[in-house]
Amino acid sequence: MQKPNTASTQTGPVLRLHNVLKRYGSFQVLNGVSLDIDEGEVVAVIGPSGSGKSTLVRCIHQLETIEGGSIYLNGELLGYKQEGTVLRQLGPKDIALQRQQLGMVFQQFVLFPHMTVEENVMEGPVQVLGDSVADARTRAHHLLGRVGLGDKLTAYPQMLSGGQQQRVAIARALAMRPKVMLFDEPTSALDPELVGEVLNVVSDLAKAGKTMVVVTHEIAFAREVATRVVFMEGGRIHEQGEAKETLSNPKTDRLRAFLSRVM
Amino acid sequence: MLQGSIAMTPATGMSPPATHGWADIATARHRTSPLRWGLSLFLALAALQVTYFLFSNPRFEWPVVGKYLFSPNVLQGLGTTLVLTVVAMVIGTVIGTIAALALLSDFKPARWAAQTYLWAFRGTPLLIQLIFWYNLAYLIPSISIGLPFLAPWVEWPTNAVITPFLAALLGLGLAEGAYMTEIVRAGLSSVDTRQHDAARALGMTPTKAFFRIIFPQAMRFIIPPTGNQVIGMAKATALVSVIAMNDLLHSVQIIYNRTYEIVPLLMVAVFWYLVVITLLYAFQSRLERYYSKGHRRDTTQVVPASEQA
Repeated sequence: MQKPNTASTQTGPVLRLHNVLKRYGSFQVLNGVSLDIDEGEVVAVIGPSGSGKSTLVRCIHQLETIEGGSIYLNGELLGYKQEGTVLRQLGPKDIALQRQQLGMVFQQFVLFPHMTVEENVMEGPVQVLGDSVADARTRAHHLLGRVGLGDKLTAYPQMLSGGQQQRVAIARALAMRPKVMLFDEPTSALDPELVGEVLNVVSDLAKAGKTMVVVTHEIAFAREVATRVVFMEGGRIHEQGEAKETLSNPKTDRLRAFLSRVM
Repeated sequence: MLQGSIAMTPATGMSPPATHGWADIATARHRTSPLRWGLSLFLALAALQVTYFLFSNPRFEWPVVGKYLFSPNVLQGLGTTLVLTVVAMVIGTVIGTIAALALLSDFKPARWAAQTYLWAFRGTPLLIQLIFWYNLAYLIPSISIGLPFLAPWVEWPTNAVITPFLAALLGLGLAEGAYMTEIVRAGLSSVDTRQHDAARALGMTPTKAFFRIIFPQAMRFIIPPTGNQVIGMAKATALVSVIAMNDLLHSVQIIYNRTYEIVPLLMVAVFWYLVVITLLYAFQSRLERYYSKGHRRDTTQVVPASEQA
């Protein structure tokens, strides 16, 4: 695991978003989002439905294309390359290479239903990173043990509860040794009594110093685990700051109103 | 069966049947309707009647059937039918998969090309297509490889290239491809779109995502209708007798045109068609089981929802 807060020894922020624009038809989902994330930071993205939080992480992972601005991962421009004075779109292979450095956990888990739990976690390392099957299996067992599913290796996703599936999905993303983990509302599709087990796993990752961007509706979780809170509204970052301070003493009326609605 | 000792008495005045206490439906008998009894009897009699008809009617000439069942000509025809079925299905499936991907792509020229192909090859009778390929030499006397409108690099006479066998393969394979396109397209469309996201999120290239994640899941929807197509194809190969291919049906036709033993020789063909289709069906079942892994209702490993919080 990476050491927390080693940003000062790095050349700069791990993830840099500059004036990102995204439109669905005539609806401007992201309206100029700029954000710098240092290594070891845990950024909780909160905000009302339709504020663009999910779109933000999907854009970082290039599952959506952006229409303006730029996103850099470790100083490398995502999705495009500079050739002299022109910017050229990258091909699917180069984009796949960039995606390997980011882990993604979806709201709906989206495990591969035709593979066992173990195979789900091994798929990326073996097929994409080219690890040996034996190495990938050892690592998969280790990761699944870490998320508390060491006894479900040969089960198929369909046999698992939502919380268990989401923990497998986290292990699957971690198996790619990503520089940054992205979570798109990881607990929104879960029954209330299963939310805790998933949040515990995310907390453990935060403690281990993993750089993470977590889109969430769980304000209490954001306060406990995040180092920074980003409040989005209308496709913009409306307010951000140190997690506990921002959530306890919001500076803007909008955030205050939002917090009073969701808490 | 009934355990009177576990019976409990109800608190209210509604008394259960005496001596047994509460009823236990585990001891109940299945309901049998008189209609089902009647229908079963009717079906049994009908089966008996058909069996009797098959064996008592001398015009089936079963000894003649036995005489020709393993005759070299018939077996050769059977071989042709099998080879045509398998190769034409493989061609059709490959073409169908490519055309389905073209139909689903966001590249318009590819979509248009695939649509035109479907329109032409599903829209015309297979018989006409077969005769067309067989007579290709009439339209194009020689086949050459080169760039359009320029002098060819190599050239062959069409009649030497398009043998009846190749004409049959072209005809059956291209027509099959058109039907397989729709089957594969439906299969690919029925895979949850989020699976594409999950595959891409792991850093897979589109090709890898297709072969590792999307296609294996689509197979569950592709196999059953493809089974129908294979069975249809095994029988459609009988059409190639019009272009002088010696398939199973043609091989028995040659014999009965000489001996006039039409019914017994048709029974020979029927026997082999049924054998082939039974084998294909068994193969399909195994394939279906393989691709349904993770989807079977397997009760051996049910997990309590809130285990390990």
